[in-house]
Amino acid sequence: MADTAPTYEVGQHPDMPPPRSEVGVLGWIKHNLFSSPLNVVMTVLAIGFLWVLIPPLFEWIVLDAIWTADSRKECWDKMEVPEGAACWAFIKGRFQLFVYGFYPHASRWRVNLSFVLLVMAIVPVLYDNMPGRKYGLWYAMAFPFIAGWLLVGGFGLTPVDTDQFGGIMLTFVIGVTGISFSLPIGILLALGRRSKMPVLRILCVMFIEFIRGVPLIALLFIASTMLNFFLPPGTGFDLLIRVLIMVTLFASAYIAEVVRGGLQAIPRGQHEAADALGLTFTKAQALIILPQALKISIPGIVNTFIGLFKDTTLVLIIGMLDPLGIGRASLADAVWAGLAREVYLFIALFFFICCFSMSRYSLYLERKLHTGH
Amino acid sequence: MATISETSPDKRNPIARLWSNQQARSVIIQIVTLTVIFAAFALIIRNVVINLEAVGKEFSFDFFLYPAAYDITFSPFIEYSSRSTHLRAAVVGLLNTLLVATCGIVLATIMGFTMGILRLSKNWLVNRMVYCFLEFTRNIPVLLHILFIHGLVVTQLPVPKQAMNFADSFFLTNRGFYLPSPVWEAGAWIVAAAFVISIAFVVFFVRWAKKLQEETGRIYPVFWISAGAIVGATGVAFLAAGMPLSWAVPELKGFNFRGGVAIKPEFIALWLALSYYTACFIAEIVRAGILAISYGQTEAAYALGLRPNRTLQLVIIPQALRVIVPPLASQYLNLTKNSSLAIAIGYMDIVATVGGITLMQTGKEMETMIVVLLIYLTISLLISGFMNWYNKKMALVER
Repeated sequence: MADTAPTYEVGQHPDMPPPRSEVGVLGWIKHNLFSSPLNVVMTVLAIGFLWVLIPPLFEWIVLDAIWTADSRKECWDKMEVPEGAACWAFIKGRFQLFVYGFYPHASRWRVNLSFVLLVMAIVPVLYDNMPGRKYGLWYAMAFPFIAGWLLVGGFGLTPVDTDQFGGIMLTFVIGVTGISFSLPIGILLALGRRSKMPVLRILCVMFIEFIRGVPLIALLFIASTMLNFFLPPGTGFDLLIRVLIMVTLFASAYIAEVVRGGLQAIPRGQHEAADALGLTFTKAQALIILPQALKISIPGIVNTFIGLFKDTTLVLIIGMLDPLGIGRASLADAVWAGLAREVYLFIALFFFICCFSMSRYSLYLERKLHTGH
Repeated sequence: MATISETSPDKRNPIARLWSNQQARSVIIQIVTLTVIFAAFALIIRNVVINLEAVGKEFSFDFFLYPAAYDITFSPFIEYSSRSTHLRAAVVGLLNTLLVATCGIVLATIMGFTMGILRLSKNWLVNRMVYCFLEFTRNIPVLLHILFIHGLVVTQLPVPKQAMNFADSFFLTNRGFYLPSPVWEAGAWIVAAAFVISIAFVVFFVRWAKKLQEETGRIYPVFWISAGAIVGATGVAFLAAGMPLSWAVPELKGFNFRGGVAIKPEFIALWLALSYYTACFIAEIVRAGILAISYGQTEAAYALGLRPNRTLQLVIIPQALRVIVPPLASQYLNLTKNSSLAIAIGYMDIVATVGGITLMQTGKEMETMIVVLLIYLTISLLISGFMNWYNKKMALVER
C-alpha cells in the first residue's frame, strides 16, 4: 500500500481535513468532557448525579402534579402514591392571596394599574436610547408618589388600610420604595463621607458603619417596637411606613459604600479640571464627577437592590404578610397543611425570576458601559 | 499701581461676602449641621422620656438580674434553666450566635472554595452544574432557604424510634443529631498540657523555619513536622496518662435519646442553610480572585525553576488571597448578621433571646434593643478590624 500513496513536491501537499475526533460534536465532547482521567471520573459522577436527581424531580414537579383539587386529601387521593407529586391546586386556589394579600377585592384594579405604571416607569430608566427618555425619568421620579396615592387611597379614592397589604404586592411596595429612595440618600451619604468638612464626614461615617454593622432584622424590630417612642406624644404612624423608613435607611448605607467606591475610582484630574473651569461644587459633582462615578458603580448598585429585594422577606418576622408570610399562614389551614414544599418552590421561583433578571440586566450594562479595551 | 481688590470693592452685604469665602462657608455649614443634629437628638430623647413616663416604664437595665422564666432548649456551653436570670439567657444567646456563625463560616469557606474551583474546571458539565446551583441559590432569599431546610429536617428525617443508626453511637432523627460526648477522667490535664506545649513548639518552629529559609534558602517540610509534633506529642501523652477518656453514648429512652451530645434540628437547619447560601457568594469571590492572577505569574515561577506545588503555595495563592480576603471578610460579616434569622425557626440566638422573649416578657424595648445592637456592632467592628489589619499586612508594597 505504501508505494501506491501519491508523492508530492515539497510544499505541494494539499490541506487535509482535521481528524474526525478533533472537530464537531465528537471533538467538543472529547475536549470538554473527557480530556483527562480526572475529567472522565467527574463527568461520569455528574451524569450519574443528574440521572438520579432530574427525572424524579421533573416527575414530581410537572408530570405527576395535580392541578385541580379542593383539599390536600383530594389531591393526594388522585395520586398513585400520596405525597408522590406536587399539588399545584393549592397554589392555584390561593394565587390571588399570594399576589394581592388581603387587599379589598373591589379595589384590586388599583394594584394592577400601579403595576402597569411601574413597568412604564422602569422602561425609560433601563433603556437609555429611548426617545423622550428625559420625560420618562421625570415620570419615574414621580411614580412612587402616584403609586402611593393609588394604593393607600384618599383624595377621591377609597382609603385602604396598610394592614391589608400583602403578598407579592407588599414585596414590590417595600422593594420599589427602598430602591427609589435609598439611591439619592446613598449618593448624599457617599459625598458626605468624602467631604473635606470633618463634622459632615464623621456623621456620615458613623451612620453608614452603624447601619452596616447591625442585622436588618434588629432594625425591623426597632421599627416595630421602638420607633413610636421617638415621636412626639400622641403622634405615630403605621407599621408599613416605619418598615419602609428602616429598609430605606438600611439600603442607603450600602448604596453609599458602593457609590463611594465609584467616586474613589475617578482620577483627581477630573476634580481639578472641573475646578479649573470655574464650576461650583454642586455643578462639578452633578455634571462631571457623579455621572462618571455612578456609571462605574451601577453593577454594585444593582447588586444592592437584589439584596434589598430578597431582604423584603424578613418583614414576615415582625408579622407582615409578604408571599412567604402568606404561604406560612396558608400552611396553618388544616385543609391544606403539609404542602410546604409546593409553597416554598413557588415563592423561590418568584424571587428567582425577579432577582435573576436584575442580575442579567446588570451584566448587560457592565458589558455596555465597558469602554476600555 | 492699584490691586484688584481696590479697583473693584465687594459691594454685597457682609453675609453674602462671608458665604463666598470657602473656609467661612465650611465652618458655617458644619455648625449648622451640628446644631440640627443635636437638636434632633435632644428632641428624640425628650420624646422618649415623655413617652416612657406616659406608659409608666423607666429606663434601667435591672431586669437583667431577674429570673428569665423561659426555657432554652439548646445551650451546649453553659448550664441554663428557666430559673436563671435574663443576663444568663443573653449569654446563652450570644454563645449560640457565635457558635452558629463560627461553624457556618468554616463550612461556608470549605464549600465556597470547592465550588469556586469547580467553577473554573475545564469540564463543561461540572462547570455548568455548579453555575446553575450558584445562580439558583443566590437569587433566592436566605430566609426561604432556612425555612425550607428546617422543614426538610423536621418532616423528612425519621422519629427517634426509627433513628438512622450509625455504628450504634451516632443517631440522626427529626429531634436532632445525637453523638457520643467525650468524658474526661483523672489525668486528662496531662493530655491537654501536651497539646498546648506542642502548639507552642509549632508556633516557634514555623517562625524559625521561615527565618532560616529567608536567610539561607533551606526549606523544611514545615507542615509535616508541625502535624507530626502535635499528633505525636498529644498521642504519647494520651497513652502515657493511661487513656483518660471514655465516651458517653446516647441511648433511646422513652420517646427520645439521652446522654451524649444532641445537636438540635434548628441548629442543623440554620447552619446548613447559612453555609451553602454564603458559600455561593464565596465561590464567585474565589473564582474572581484566581482569575485575577495572570497566567504569566505561573510561567514566571516555572521559569525560575519552582515546582508546581511550590508555585501554587508561594506565588499564586498569596496573590489570589490579596484579592479574595477583603470581600471574603464581608461575606463572613453577612453570615454572622444573617444568623439573626434564627428567630424564624426558633433557634435561640441573641436576637431571639434578648430581642425576642426577654423583650416580650419585660417590655423593655429600649434596653434590650440597645444591648442587641451593641453586641452586633462589636462583632462587626472586630471582624472589620481584623480585615483592615490583614489588608495592611498583605498590601502591595509599591514604590
